[in-house]
Amino acid sequence: MCVACGCGSDAVTLSGPDAAQASQGAHSHSHESVPHDGAHHHGHAHGHSHTHSDAHAHSHDPGEPAQPQHSHAPGLDARRMVEIEQNILAKNDGFAAQNRVRLAADGIFALNLLAGPGAGKTTLLVETLKALAGRVPAAVIEGDQQTANDAERIRAVGFPAVQINTGKGCHLDAHMVGHAMDRLPLPAGGVLFIENVGNLVCPAAFDLGEDKRITLLSVTEGEDKPLKYPDIFQGADLVLLTKADLLPHLDVDFDAIAGNVARINPTARLITVSARSGVGFAEWLAWLEGARRTRLEELARAAEQRAQALRGVVHTAAE
Amino acid sequence: MHEMALCESLRTAMEEASRAQNFSRVTRVRLAIGAFAGVEPEALRFGFDVVMRGSLAEGAELVMITEGGTAWCFACGTTVPLAGRLDPCPVCGGERLVPNGGTEMKIKDLEVV
Repeated sequence: MCVACGCGSDAVTLSGPDAAQASQGAHSHSHESVPHDGAHHHGHAHGHSHTHSDAHAHSHDPGEPAQPQHSHAPGLDARRMVEIEQNILAKNDGFAAQNRVRLAADGIFALNLLAGPGAGKTTLLVETLKALAGRVPAAVIEGDQQTANDAERIRAVGFPAVQINTGKGCHLDAHMVGHAMDRLPLPAGGVLFIENVGNLVCPAAFDLGEDKRITLLSVTEGEDKPLKYPDIFQGADLVLLTKADLLPHLDVDFDAIAGNVARINPTARLITVSARSGVGFAEWLAWLEGARRTRLEELARAAEQRAQALRGVVHTAAE
Repeated sequence: MHEMALCESLRTAMEEASRAQNFSRVTRVRLAIGAFAGVEPEALRFGFDVVMRGSLAEGAELVMITEGGTAWCFACGTTVPLAGRLDPCPVCGGERLVPNGGTEMKIKDLEVV
């Protein structure tokens, strides 16, 4: 069991690029690089809770009494009610918040890539990394149920990658991503790409701590996919319509795809790309660099405000 | 099947509550599930039985209370009640709507011993 956060016994494994740790076997991971000064308090949900006794009448939803069932003798029956009012995803959201703090501290711009299997996530990443090489530092977290194939494809183009194998798991969660981040060299100001498990349903519910969410849809998947799987499109900042080089060979109604994306997510940007022909790549890279710059400026402004506030404290103390 | 993962989160939350609130067993769990929470109740029920086995909530009754959904209508510029994700706006008939209520899944309360 992991002492720092109590995790363990699950079927998730991490591999590469930290070979020393990878050799320790399944689910080994390090917390050494993380300061234990509060930055790594795993997200214990702080939902308020309180108890009340059997005798306490407290009406809840219609038709569903909040009193313990069979409590005919208040005070004698050991059963009692505990109100929690806590989001079930609170724990994941807590880990996501920690990831976000860690990423923000070093100005790392993180992207969560979502799509069904075969939409072209890894191919897009490989071509994107080639375009960024020498200009923007980047690292990749790859999520799949099995195999390290995708991480190997990323390393082959010269970028560090950690493979998360979720076993039977159908999505990445923020806890797994936090541990994968422990293993990666994350250069300040760089980009972290997180390729989620290929799945159009489950990953949508799990915040990983990313800055932006990108959903990929390949032109062969059918115009009505956004309507069939709205959740995965709903939270996207950008929708990439991939494999555009195939369009001349298909009877695909592009306007119908664009209309369906806009219906589910009216604020998402839609860019048509082909990793093969390079169509739309300049536009995609411009979006990426623009979003990264905006995030870095936001972080810089926040740091300046904090610096000013601290100087103000020093000034007041000196008076 | 992320319902399994949700059930594991639910079990962890109950285990934490059992330490904080000093109880040893959960006999009933009430969840409030929003219409747009992306949860399939039957899958959740199945996952619940599997995941709670051997835990403090083994055999506990699972009660799911469905909460209605609302959405922001881009045509009206206002929040409207919405039953189905692909339904048109009940006010103006517009189709561009994004859910802004009923998207969560919460533990309401526990009956404990």
